[in-house]
Amino acid sequence: MSEHKIRVLVAKPGLDGHDRGAKVVARALRDAGMEVIYTGLRQTPEMIAEAALQEDVDVVGLSILSGAHMALAPRIVELLKANGQDKVKVFIGGIVPDEDMPRLKEMGITGIYGPGASTEDIVKDILEAMK
Amino acid sequence: MSVMSKPITNSVLEGNRLALARLLTQVENHSPEGRAALAELFPHTGKAHLIGVTGAPGTGKSSLVNQLALHYRKTENKKVAIIAVDPSSPFTGGAVLGDRVRMRDLSGDDGVFIRSMASRGSVGGIAQTTAAFAQIFDAAGYEIVIIETVGAGQSEVDIARLAHTTIVVEAPGLGDDIQAIKAGILEIADVLVINKADRPGVEHTERALCSTLALAHPIPRVYRHHGQTMTVMVPAGAKNLPALEPDSSATRSDMVIWIPPINKTVATEGKGIADVAESIAKHAEHLHVTGDWASRDRARLRSELEAALEAALMSRFFANIQNEKYNDVVEQVVGRTLSPHEAVRKLLNGSSKQENV
Repeated sequence: MSEHKIRVLVAKPGLDGHDRGAKVVARALRDAGMEVIYTGLRQTPEMIAEAALQEDVDVVGLSILSGAHMALAPRIVELLKANGQDKVKVFIGGIVPDEDMPRLKEMGITGIYGPGASTEDIVKDILEAMK
Repeated sequence: MSVMSKPITNSVLEGNRLALARLLTQVENHSPEGRAALAELFPHTGKAHLIGVTGAPGTGKSSLVNQLALHYRKTENKKVAIIAVDPSSPFTGGAVLGDRVRMRDLSGDDGVFIRSMASRGSVGGIAQTTAAFAQIFDAAGYEIVIIETVGAGQSEVDIARLAHTTIVVEAPGLGDDIQAIKAGILEIADVLVINKADRPGVEHTERALCSTLALAHPIPRVYRHHGQTMTVMVPAGAKNLPALEPDSSATRSDMVIWIPPINKTVATEGKGIADVAESIAKHAEHLHVTGDWASRDRARLRSELEAALEAALMSRFFANIQNEKYNDVVEQVVGRTLSPHEAVRKLLNGSSKQENV
């Protein structure tokens, strides 16, 4: 009787206004049977953490194309923890230089996807992380 | 989940937002913990004003909800919960819930809690557990609970059974006059809002809605026509009510029957929102004065009880019947040797077809 759907917050922190990628990913996750909450553009880390709390999501997907990931991502991870949501997995999609990846993973980012990443891989990795 | 129901209900009552969010998830997933917590919270419910917002996709429901919530925060300092329902895919069960996009003005305010919900297969415009969500917010001390339905077409009218006040949002340029006289969504409106009232065609929409209301609520009216006073009487069979003078101080809410007011708004700019809030307040007053608040409450709880009873009877029935016997009856129905109605009689009485015919 009890059925848990994976709930994902897809958010765009920072100031870049390109959300085509975020929408493509949102659609792919929907097609994989997940419930995707889309927040829209130009969200602060505080807004994203608050939405993640109210929506009780399992996953937060951040779309960052502006290069501000080293400032934004750790702040969001920190806020999620402060709110008691330490089990939430955070994924990043966008433009992330290779040398930043190990440090982001250290900070607790589960997956990072650049241009050309397949939505199938993203779905697979989320399902894997939810096990 | 190992969380015991006792602490989680306590945390919810104390205003812990994480506990509230988690309880909503448990209830949405029909977990036993969620059900136990709902039962514990039930005595704390019955205080909130439940406001439903429905209308066709793209009429601006989310923007209107955003502005209404801002209004209640700023002018009345009431705690506001928003339940925003969007459709689930009938094929994958997934959903994209996008109502928050229009509600960014509300973030950073502890007096507001927004929760998005997928309809999960329900077709009435809200999800199966939307009513339970409203109860939880009510118990948690949210004085206003706004429920935004999925973009509703014509027959998604479940919201009227749940909400105390139902707002139907229209926008100029959607359909012709005949749409306004069809049964369904317009009939459930307690307050009508024409949003996007800065668009062309707004007069036409207003005229169509006005004439629909005149047909639905035939009351005697006095008109001034070419300088002469004319009284238009009620058609036979309608209730006998005092005539409403055009200049009289009697307002619509003074009357025994409620005639839905029509408010015009431009939600993205916050225009006309105070008028909508006033209409909602008048409607609440009307419900209290006429006793309709209590009777709506009663009808809602009764239908909730009946739905729960139905589910319990079904599961009891299936617990007590052997699979082979049930499948055998299904086969007979499929083979057209037994009609579904006869099959029910046979299953419930345990007697054969011949005895019942």
